[in-house]
Amino acid sequence: MIRVTDVIKRYSSEVAIGPVDLTIEPGGIIALVGPNGAGKSTLLTMMGRLLGMDGGSISIAGHDVARTPSRELATIVSILRQENHFITRLTVRQLVGFGRFPYSQGRLTPADEQIIDRAISFLDLTGLEGRYLDELSGGQRQRAYVAMVLAQDTEYVLLDEPLNNLDMRHSVAMMRHLHDAAHTLGRTIVIVLHDINFACQYADRLCAMKDGRVVAFGTPEEIMTSEVLTDVFETTVEVIDGPRGRLAVYY
Amino acid sequence: MADVLSRPAPARPADAPASGPLPTVAARRRYTVVVVVLAAMALGFGFGLLAWANPMPVGSLGFWRIAELRATNLVTMGVVALCQAVATVSFQTVTTNRILTPSIMGFEALYAAIQTTAVYVLGVTGIIALQGLPQFVLQVVVMVAFSALLYGWLLTGRFGNLQIMLLIGIILGGGLRSVSSFMQRLLTPSEFDVLTARLFGNVSNADPQYLLVGVPVALVVSGVLYLRSHRLNVLALGRETSLNLGVNHRRELITVLVLVSILMAISTALVGPLTFLGFLVATLSYQLADTYDHRLIFPVAALTGFVVLSGAYFVMNHVFRAEGVVSVIIELVGGTVFLFVIVRKGRL
Ligand SMILES: Nc1ncnc2c1ncn2[C@@H]1O[C@H](COP(=O)(O)OP(=O)(O)OP(=O)(O)O)[C@@H](O)[C@H]1O
Ligand SMILES: [Mg+2]
Repeated sequence: MIRVTDVIKRYSSEVAIGPVDLTIEPGGIIALVGPNGAGKSTLLTMMGRLLGMDGGSISIAGHDVARTPSRELATIVSILRQENHFITRLTVRQLVGFGRFPYSQGRLTPADEQIIDRAISFLDLTGLEGRYLDELSGGQRQRAYVAMVLAQDTEYVLLDEPLNNLDMRHSVAMMRHLHDAAHTLGRTIVIVLHDINFACQYADRLCAMKDGRVVAFGTPEEIMTSEVLTDVFETTVEVIDGPRGRLAVYY
Repeated sequence: MADVLSRPAPARPADAPASGPLPTVAARRRYTVVVVVLAAMALGFGFGLLAWANPMPVGSLGFWRIAELRATNLVTMGVVALCQAVATVSFQTVTTNRILTPSIMGFEALYAAIQTTAVYVLGVTGIIALQGLPQFVLQVVVMVAFSALLYGWLLTGRFGNLQIMLLIGIILGGGLRSVSSFMQRLLTPSEFDVLTARLFGNVSNADPQYLLVGVPVALVVSGVLYLRSHRLNVLALGRETSLNLGVNHRRELITVLVLVSILMAISTALVGPLTFLGFLVATLSYQLADTYDHRLIFPVAALTGFVVLSGAYFVMNHVFRAEGVVSVIIELVGGTVFLFVIVRKGRL
């Protein structure tokens, strides 16, 4: 369970996020949606203890993220940020191998290698595993980052816009696999998504943020209505019934 | 992820790239060749410095006497190369930058300020007052304390920001430099002359007795950094990724920076400022080692440092017969090699 209690982040006198109160039950995909600047990344990075908070507390699986040693948390929760850039020159496989660091401390065992293999093949990177990251396309690189986080193999996974740069096929494949993982293995995956239709299709719960606060939290049926979405995104959104469930039309 | 865990991994061909630091057979072979060539060059220059233009016949008693005197310089070069190489690589890794070096962070400026103040206050005898083992140790301690305070203050507490720390380090360095140059204006020409000799990096500045302290400390500190290689590999990925992978970023950062400051202080107190050497050696060794793994980068960097330093001395002493201005040749040859590498490879 992820429990966010009265969390506040003050960037400056004008920009503050929160207070946010949120309880996420274990298991399933929780999609964070909302307009640019709503505070989705801020909330996610605070959950992943990459950003300090100015008030309140967050606990994941009973561990207070501000107080639990980083090394212990690294086997419970993993986080992928919106932007990634490394000065080190790494191949795809070396990058994914770093995902095993919390367990191997840098000395990969055959079991680690197996997990790396699977993470790579799952993200369709097998043919690219020897390539350097700076020789990949944006979407291929994004998949490599996701593979690294998956190799970390944690109960809780926080992903900030993992579909960035992905084409249709890879977006659908990634969401399907995340959905499987959440349901068959009981993983809890919190994911920032911009495509509301994707969120509705694959997420178990939607959390809508606006101006630094959570304005709606519920099942896709509850959130996918014209009123809620129009209010959250401040643009006219119509919701229609499509062949596979509801569709938001905003263009 | 269900698939990640349940689906058996597809069989991998034997020559598939490995997860290790040198992924292919070609990369492993290349690394071995690099190390062998560097080691051969280091031996060549080392022996050349001992034996070249030695007036006594090789193997005679007199030959060894002269060689022994020169050996001190060679050991000094080894220590300086090790310190500068390991310190610069570690510093650039934990600050995730490949442009700034620890010398820019006020070390050399502080050394210059200490030397200048001594001459300013005590006159020419000031330089003599700074000779001796206790004085050497004191200078090292002052430099390490200065940087430990700086890092401790800037990286904990309210700022907690690496960029601000680098900026303040550079500004403090600049401030110290201008205070020194102001004091230098007020010196008599002869005092200034004596001082200048100390402010150019020169291996013969090192008194053999300094090595008794310098060598063991440099070896131990470099060894500690070498043993932290795995964590350095993660730190190179930046603060966020390090935290995600369970590395206590702030603690590691401060530990590494203090170790770096010990190495820099030893090198600077031994021979004086060598501003460009660390940068050159680190940049070349990233190209030569071509891996993320510090276990492989450190040896290449230390060897490169020794080859550059001893090569520069060899050329200076035996080709140009101009002793003492080695930093000039390091900057000239090093800068050229550096530009060549960058232009050819197109990346740092
Ligand atoms: N480092 C920072 N310093 C100051 N303000 C910041 C900082 N990071 C974010 N903000 C501000 O905080 C607010 C929330 O930003 P955040 O990145 O969390 O939004 P987001 O919902 O992830 O947006 P996007 O969809 O564009 O990624 C924005 O108004 C932003 O300008
Ligand atoms: Mg964001």
